[in-house]
Amino acid sequence: MTMLDKRMTPAEIVGQLSDGMTLGIGGWGPRRKPMALVREILRSDLKDLTVVAYGGADVGMLCAAGKVRKLVFAFVSLDAIPLEPWFRKSREAGQIQVLELDEGMFQWGLKAAAFGLPFLPTRVGLGTDLAELGGLKTVQSPYADGETLIAMPALKLDAALLHVNRSDWRGNIQAFGPDVYYDEWFARAAAKTYVSCEELVDRMEDHYPGDAQANIVERAFISGVSHIPCGAHPSSMPPAYGWDMKAFKAYADAAKDPGDWAAVRDRFVGASEEAYLAGFGGKEAVTALPLPIF
Amino acid sequence: MTQVTLAELCIFACSEAFRNNGEIIATGVGPVPRLAAGLAKLTHSPELMMTDGEAYLVEQPVPLGPRGYDDRKAAGYLPFSRFFDAAVWTGRRHAMVSPTQIDRFGQINLSQLGGTHRQPKTQMLGVRGFPGNTIYHPNSFFFPGHTTRVFVAGEVDMVSGVGYNPAKRVPGGNYSAVDLRTIVTNLCVMDFGGPDHAIRVISLHPGVTFAEVQEATGFALIDAVAGETALPDAEALAIIASLDPHNIRASVIKDNPPARKAAA
Repeated sequence: MTMLDKRMTPAEIVGQLSDGMTLGIGGWGPRRKPMALVREILRSDLKDLTVVAYGGADVGMLCAAGKVRKLVFAFVSLDAIPLEPWFRKSREAGQIQVLELDEGMFQWGLKAAAFGLPFLPTRVGLGTDLAELGGLKTVQSPYADGETLIAMPALKLDAALLHVNRSDWRGNIQAFGPDVYYDEWFARAAAKTYVSCEELVDRMEDHYPGDAQANIVERAFISGVSHIPCGAHPSSMPPAYGWDMKAFKAYADAAKDPGDWAAVRDRFVGASEEAYLAGFGGKEAVTALPLPIF
Repeated sequence: MTQVTLAELCIFACSEAFRNNGEIIATGVGPVPRLAAGLAKLTHSPELMMTDGEAYLVEQPVPLGPRGYDDRKAAGYLPFSRFFDAAVWTGRRHAMVSPTQIDRFGQINLSQLGGTHRQPKTQMLGVRGFPGNTIYHPNSFFFPGHTTRVFVAGEVDMVSGVGYNPAKRVPGGNYSAVDLRTIVTNLCVMDFGGPDHAIRVISLHPGVTFAEVQEATGFALIDAVAGETALPDAEALAIIASLDPHNIRASVIKDNPPARKAAA
């Protein structure tokens, strides 16, 4: 019988992951990142991960901590700090394997995985270095047009991590904010998806039935739920809070001085989530962060 | 009257790239291209569509810099989560961007410089959406500093965007939507109107010579100069100022020079 009570601690979620897994991380750059779950990975012994992400500090931290064997990416950026400094260090030291993709091909690969297809065809990548560098093959249309297309391979994920606004213990999630990016497709592409949430309720239908359209992916795709308010910090989680550019700046500066992750790990990961948040002013300070202006 | 700046001249020149584009998403990445798209929409091309930079379509371009979060008035919705379905992969977009490098084929690079793919000397953003943008919809470019480091000899270090290089074209692929339009720099305006889409200089900014442009370019340019790049009129300047109340445009080109150099 399926366990309907999907509540887990962050450590229990990370306990479900294993070395060498392919891990998808939802969000986009410095937005909607399941950072508390990423921090929990950083507190664990997990290693040799293949990380699949529209990257921000999640990717930078995992690279800095030596958790990443291979990265599947289209960019890694903190928006206002365009170049993610810890990711750069890792790349420039030749420490990680990469599969570099266009942003659109990336979501196409998630969709191929979601539908159980080996690949989906696309024009994207033709005429660039991507196919050759990534070992992407072409396929020919069997119809009269005979067009040659890139066969974007499925990005199958062993697990995906998301941070959402609300969930109940059965995994009925709700995601708000102006854009939920490709979180839905990370969940559909993954064998298991674990979410952290700002607000946990017992039965969604008793609390927020009017917001059911925010249920971007059905609970059958959700394997675990953890209640972690402010769990996206320092990334943004609209409408609850904006990104913490001061924290990102300190994190980016630390890549130059002292430039050693071990020396700053305590500050940006912390021994516990409580200790981490306390270092940035606690929940009050985080929930007061203004939404970013573009 | 305050002197017209070179940045303002560039915004005016860039806005011409968005003329007669039809009902498409005009995306300007960076202050000058973004102000150019807004200026185009508020003057000659009201049919243009654009976002607030986040997820909403706006009919009134959003000013640059600090503002109230809800100041933008949404007329429509175009989040990243449907950007490829709606705008990019249907060709209903024209983007103006500033890559790190461009070569004689119009191939662009935003990803890495030097070294190898496994260990680049300098890692930049990654290819972002350039491969899809360039094979599906029109693209134009703005470069605030025209140098041989940007306009490189040979080819770019990593081809992040499709150009007109026949050697890069996998046979049987459909390249019919590859459409590189305009290049505006701090020196001149160029297009891809030469033989086999070779890059031509079509106007020089006041006081700039073709020889200076060629000197700052790592490959041979075609001289198709038809005259001096037009200065923005008073209406355009007023719109630019209203879209950039914090004068962010003053920080785009080194030392924020005037459009017309002072007589030596």
